[in-house]
Amino acid sequence: MKILVCISHVPDTTTKIKFDGNKLDENGVQFIIGPYDDYALARAVEIQGEKGATVTVLNVGTASTEPTIRKALAIGADDAIRVDAEPTDAMFVAKQIVAVAKAENYDMILMGRESSDFNGGLVHGLVGEMMGWPSIAPCMKLELNGDSATMAREIEGGKEYLEVGLPFVAGVQEPIAEWKIPNMRGIMMARKKPLKVIPPVEVEGVTEYQSFSLPEGKSECKMIDPDNIGELVNLLKNEAKVL
Amino acid sequence: MSVLVYIEADGGAVKKSSLEAVAYGAEIAKGEGSTAIAIATGTVVEAELAKLGKFGASKVLHVSDERLNDGGIQATANVVFQAAEKESANTLVMARSSLVDAIASRVAIKLGASVVTNVVDLPDTSNGFVVKRGVYTGKAFANVSVPGAKKVITIAKNAISPVESGDFASVEAFSASLSDTDFAVKRTKVEKAEGDILLPEADKVVSGGRGLKGPENWGMIEELAKSLGAATACSKPVSDMEWRPHHEHVGQTGIKISPTLYIAVGISGAIQHLAGVNSSKVIVVINKDAEAPFFKAADYGIVGDAFEVVPKLTEAIKAVL
Ligand SMILES: Cc1cc2nc3c(=O)[nH]c(=O)nc-3n(C[C@H](O)[C@H](O)[C@H](O)COP(=O)(O)OP(=O)(O)OC[C@H]3O[C@@H](n4cnc5c(N)ncnc54)[C@H](O)[C@@H]3O)c2cc1C
Ligand SMILES: Cc1cc2nc3c(=O)[nH]c(=O)nc-3n(C[C@H](O)[C@H](O)[C@H](O)COP(=O)(O)OP(=O)(O)OC[C@H]3O[C@@H](n4cnc5c(N)ncnc54)[C@H](O)[C@@H]3O)c2cc1C
Repeated sequence: MKILVCISHVPDTTTKIKFDGNKLDENGVQFIIGPYDDYALARAVEIQGEKGATVTVLNVGTASTEPTIRKALAIGADDAIRVDAEPTDAMFVAKQIVAVAKAENYDMILMGRESSDFNGGLVHGLVGEMMGWPSIAPCMKLELNGDSATMAREIEGGKEYLEVGLPFVAGVQEPIAEWKIPNMRGIMMARKKPLKVIPPVEVEGVTEYQSFSLPEGKSECKMIDPDNIGELVNLLKNEAKVL
Repeated sequence: MSVLVYIEADGGAVKKSSLEAVAYGAEIAKGEGSTAIAIATGTVVEAELAKLGKFGASKVLHVSDERLNDGGIQATANVVFQAAEKESANTLVMARSSLVDAIASRVAIKLGASVVTNVVDLPDTSNGFVVKRGVYTGKAFANVSVPGAKKVITIAKNAISPVESGDFASVEAFSASLSDTDFAVKRTKVEKAEGDILLPEADKVVSGGRGLKGPENWGMIEELAKSLGAATACSKPVSDMEWRPHHEHVGQTGIKISPTLYIAVGISGAIQHLAGVNSSKVIVVINKDAEAPFFKAADYGIVGDAFEVVPKLTEAIKAVL
C-alpha cells in the first residue's frame, strides 16, 4: 500500500499576522506543518504501522520549507518529494500533486481539509477531479478494510458514514488521529531519509493575490457588573441592537 | 450568458445562506447584464424554491432525484456542472457549507473555471474581477484577481444582506444524467440532530469552554441558547474530551462562524479559538478571571462565576424577549 500525504508549510497558529507591503512579514514567524495536514500525516503513519504501508510526503514550496518536510519524515514518513516552486494558489498546487500522483500508483492521497494560511479548502477536490477519483472532505475517521475504506465525514449538525473504494483523496480533520510529536530517534533517522526535489509543471491562468488587509480592531470591551445583568440585556438590545 | 447559483436545503427548506448566494448572484448578473438562475437538488418544498425569485433568481431549476438527498459530493458536483452548461453560466455562486466546500473545486475542474472560496464581499469589476476573501484563518483579508471567463465563487456568511422584493420565480424540472461512478461513495448512516439550529447558519451562538468543568453542566448553556433562539458551540478541549459533539467545535481547527451575537462562557480566548469566532458582530465574554485574554476581543464582558451569571442572564433575557 502506498500513501501520499500532502503537507503545507504555514505560520504557527499563534502568529500575529502582519504584512510587509504585499507579502507576509516573516520576521520572527515560526513555520509548521499545517494543523489539518498534521492529522493526515498522523493517520498515514498509523496505517503504516497497522498495514505496512509506505508513506510519502509531498510539499510544493521553495527550499525554505525543507525543515517542515524533515519534521514530517521525523514523525514517520518514509520519503519525501518537494516540488521546487513558490506556489501561487490551490490550482497551482493541485496540478503539481497530480503530476506526481499520475507517475506513481498511490492507493490514497491524504491531506488537510484546508490550509491554515490561504484557507482555500480546494486542493483535495481539484486533485480528486483531475485524477478521476472520489474526494471526501472533511473526513474525520478513516478505517481500511481490504480495497475499500469506511469514513466519517462532518456535515452541519452531525456526521455521515461513508464507504469508499480505493483509490481516493481525503481532506482530513480531527478526530481522525492525534498529532504526533517526533522523538529523538525519528529526528536522527529523518536526516537520512530520501528527499527528492523535482521541478514544477507549468500552470497557466492562476489567481493573483494583489494586496492584503487586516480586520478592523475591536473597540474597548465594556465591563458589566455581575450583579446588574439587566444592564447587559439592555445594552445588547438598545446599543448593539442584536436582541 | 448567465450566473448560476447553487441552492442547498435542510429538511426541505432553503438554507438562509443560499438566499445570500442568490442575492449575490443577482448582483453579479445585474453588473454584467445577464440573469441569475438557481439550481436545487433533492427534496425541496416547491414554494420555497419559487420564493427564490424574491431574492433575485429569474428561474429555478430543480433536480428532484432522491438519490441526491444523500448530499453525495461527486453526484452533486456533476449536477451543478450540467446545469451550468445548460444555462451557459460563466459564473457559479455558492454559499459555503460542508457540501459546497467539497464540490466547488470539482465543478471548477469540470467547467475549466477559476475558483475562489471564502469571499466576503461583492466583486470589484472596475478592472477585471477582484474579490476580497478571508485568509490566515480570520486574521486577514486578501484582494484576489480572478482570471478567465469562467468563475466559481463560494461566499462566506454575511457577504451580502439579502432583501426580499420582486416576484416568485418559475420552477423547472431539470434532469441531469448521472452514472454509477457518481454514486461510487456510499452513505451508510447519518447521525444528525434534527430540529437543531445549524451552527454555521445561526444568527446567535452560545459557546462553552473548559471553565464549565464537565458535560453535566451544559444544561444552563442550552437554556441560555434556547432563550435567545441560539445554537450552541464549544472550544476544542471540550470536543476533544467528548463533552460535546465535534460539529460544535469552533476555532482554527473547527468551524468558523460569524453570527451577530457570540456569547463565550468559561472560554479563555486562545488565539486559535478567536480565529473561528472573531468575525462575529458582537462578542460577550463571561469568565471568572478578569485577566482572561478573551476580554480583549470582546464587546461586553462580565467577570464572574458562570454558574451564577448564566442562569441570571437567561432569566433577564426571558423577561425582555
Ligand atoms: C512564500 C510563499 C508564498 C505564497 N504565496 C501564496 C499566495 O500569494 N497565494 C496563495 O494562494 N498561496 C500562496 N502560497 C501557497 C500556500 O501556502 C498554499 O500552499 C496554497 O495557497 C494552497 O492553499 P489553499 O489554501 O488553496 O489550499 P487548501 O485547498 O486549503 O489546502 C488543502 C490541503 O492541501 C494541502 N496543501 C496545500 N498547500 C500545499 C502545498 N504547497 N504543498 C503540498 N500540499 C499542500 C494541505 O494538506 C492542505 O491542508 C505561498 C507559499 C509560499 C511558500
Ligand atoms: C494548532 C492548534 C489548533 C487549535 N485549534 C483550536 C480551535 O479550533 N478551537 C479552540 O477552541 N481551541 C483550539 N486550540 C486550543 C487553544 O489553544 C486552547 O487550548 C483552547 O481554546 C482552550 O479552551 P478553553 O478556553 O475552553 O479552556 P481554558 O483555556 O482552560 O479556559 C477555561 C476558562 O474558563 C474560565 N473559568 C473557569 N471556571 C470558570 C467559572 N466557574 N466561571 C467562568 N469562567 C470560568 C477560566 O478562567 C479560563 O479562562 C488549538 C491549539 C493548537 C495548538
